[in-house]
Amino acid sequence: MSYSTIRDRFEPENTALQSDYNRPNTLTSGHRACQGCGEATGARAVLDTAYRATNGNLVVVNATGCLEVLSCVYPENAWQVPWLHSLFGNTPAVAAGVASAFKIKGMHDVRVIAQGGDGATLDIGMGCLSGMFDRNDDVLYVCYDNQAYMNTGVQRSGSTPAYSRTATTLPNAKYFGNAAGTGKNVPDIAMAHGIPYVATASIANIQDLEKKILRAINIRGARYVHVHVPCPLGWGYPPAETVKVARLALQCGLFPLFEAENGILVASTPIDVLKPVEEYLRLQRRFAHLFGKNANPEAIKMLQQIANKNLEKYRLSGGLSDV
Amino acid sequence: MLQQLEGSRAMAVAVGLCRPGVVCAYPITPQTHIVEDLGEQVRSGRLQNCDFINVESEMAAISVTIGSQAAGVRSYTATSSQGLLYMMEGIYNASGLQLPLVVTLGNRSIGAPINIWNDHSDAMAMRDAGWVMLFAETNQEAADLHIQAFKIAEETCIPTMVCVDGFILTHAYEQVDLPSQEEVDDFLPPYNPKMQLDLAQPQAIGTMVPPEYFMELKYEVHENQKKTVAVVERVGAEFRKKFQRHSGGLIRSYKTDGAKTIIVTMGSVAGTLKDVADELGDEFGVVSVVSYRPFPTDALVAALRNATNIIVLEKALALGVGGILANEIKLALGGSGQKIRSIIAGLGGRLITKALLKDCILAHDGDPELFLGLRHDCVNSLKK
Repeated sequence: MSYSTIRDRFEPENTALQSDYNRPNTLTSGHRACQGCGEATGARAVLDTAYRATNGNLVVVNATGCLEVLSCVYPENAWQVPWLHSLFGNTPAVAAGVASAFKIKGMHDVRVIAQGGDGATLDIGMGCLSGMFDRNDDVLYVCYDNQAYMNTGVQRSGSTPAYSRTATTLPNAKYFGNAAGTGKNVPDIAMAHGIPYVATASIANIQDLEKKILRAINIRGARYVHVHVPCPLGWGYPPAETVKVARLALQCGLFPLFEAENGILVASTPIDVLKPVEEYLRLQRRFAHLFGKNANPEAIKMLQQIANKNLEKYRLSGGLSDV
Repeated sequence: MLQQLEGSRAMAVAVGLCRPGVVCAYPITPQTHIVEDLGEQVRSGRLQNCDFINVESEMAAISVTIGSQAAGVRSYTATSSQGLLYMMEGIYNASGLQLPLVVTLGNRSIGAPINIWNDHSDAMAMRDAGWVMLFAETNQEAADLHIQAFKIAEETCIPTMVCVDGFILTHAYEQVDLPSQEEVDDFLPPYNPKMQLDLAQPQAIGTMVPPEYFMELKYEVHENQKKTVAVVERVGAEFRKKFQRHSGGLIRSYKTDGAKTIIVTMGSVAGTLKDVADELGDEFGVVSVVSYRPFPTDALVAALRNATNIIVLEKALALGVGGILANEIKLALGGSGQKIRSIIAGLGGRLITKALLKDCILAHDGDPELFLGLRHDCVNSLKK
């Protein structure tokens, strides 16, 4: 869908569950997320939607990371759903076990969501995730991608963008932040497994995110949704600008919104107002070294090329059916 | 009914009779035949209402069973050696979450150098992980211990590892008496979880615990493990009463009354040692430790009290320190003045022969630490 005007958002089909006074509140208030936390916003939207869609027949398995630490430090607990945390790298397998148990118990209405950050998903948990895809386990896996290990103090992950500053990719005279490699594109990797459903989503477009979760939760088998969730602390921008930063990532093409079924791209969200990547980068201190005194226009150019490639690869200029 | 069966098959039948709801399989020698047989039981319909899951690693195997057990279903997997090390994070996690999994460990050495044969290095690597660890002497006991393991684990909420010597038990054919489904059902009630993922009463399992509460939780688990000594003993006695044979319990004593020298050991080598004790005469006895965890301190002290010489023969060692079981027995007998010798034997599948055993048992003034059958010509520092 295109970005709605203010008036459009009051149309019933565009109303987000998050704006509903009676939303389920799966992640309730009082937790310890930082101000402007993109991950907490994303998780609440995902789980509220899934909770409503399943009539509360929902079990959540959580990887180690910010989301686990911010939500429940004994004896406090912000989750209003049955919730299990085992380890950092095994969440897809634990969730597969939970799904298997409910199947064996004959409780076929119970749906399982596994969730973790980018570190848990595409670095330490990649083996278990690939196994879960391979077996087509009946689990919806949601990755909240804030592009570094935020819980431990912003170290590089396989999702950290090229040239980004992290605590382990500090820019200096010789290095311009993170290496300009290819990184790990997990939605593509998920599609290569041919699983029934893969989608990307953003907290800058909650209606779109909710529609994708609604679609995903009603499919059987392995499903994967990758949610872009900016982190004010790790990325270096004021907490009030989380949604603005997330929206610019969509508008410049660095984070494409799309859906795939059985390994095939079936829908993507065209960008209505295309922005240069520079506008997105300038907001964030993790890219500050690319500008100013020791500016690196080559790096900016390369990031722009990545965005341009996305426009073509995911047909963000139109051409596929609107989501 | 007595049957001539491979050890792995006997164990697989015993596990199947315990009606697990989820079984995970990942291949590693020498446990592989056990999960292969369980897969066949599920496919043929002999084991009903069970999900048999082929996973991509041991880390996934333990993790799937952590998930299914937390959701209230009896779960099982098996591993060996490097596989156990690869799942080690999950091993500690399962005991911390108090999930009563049952896992078979086909005991095998740990590399490097890579070696697929039997010793107890793998089991010793998890000795402080908070699991119940039971060691089998024969294929019969290997099968029987699994039936007891589910009962012990589910009653105490402590995951339980059944340790069986790789190849010596897993691949050897012996006569085994396997119980009927009715008998096992009568002995082992359906799993009634004390804690699970419950839609009616949502709760968070596996939260972070801060310093204000962490020590108390570990203390509770420690105390629970100590109390489990009585449970292992009781379940062994119940099993004996029900099935009319001696399997399980804390320790097994052989010819210890009046014995001046007692050899303490674990696992299948106890059989060889009993033969040796028979041949050496009345002054020699054998104690095998069935329940290595919880450690049966009182039972061991009582069994060893009257011996002058104690020889601890084990298939593992703490490198740079020495025999692990030997040191634990020294601790248990602290200050008793008894002479305790340590024999490290059978590492990486090295043969343990009666002739070698007799020689070193009779050498009273021998080295307090001896490697049985060590080839001096192959050790640079020992070459003449």
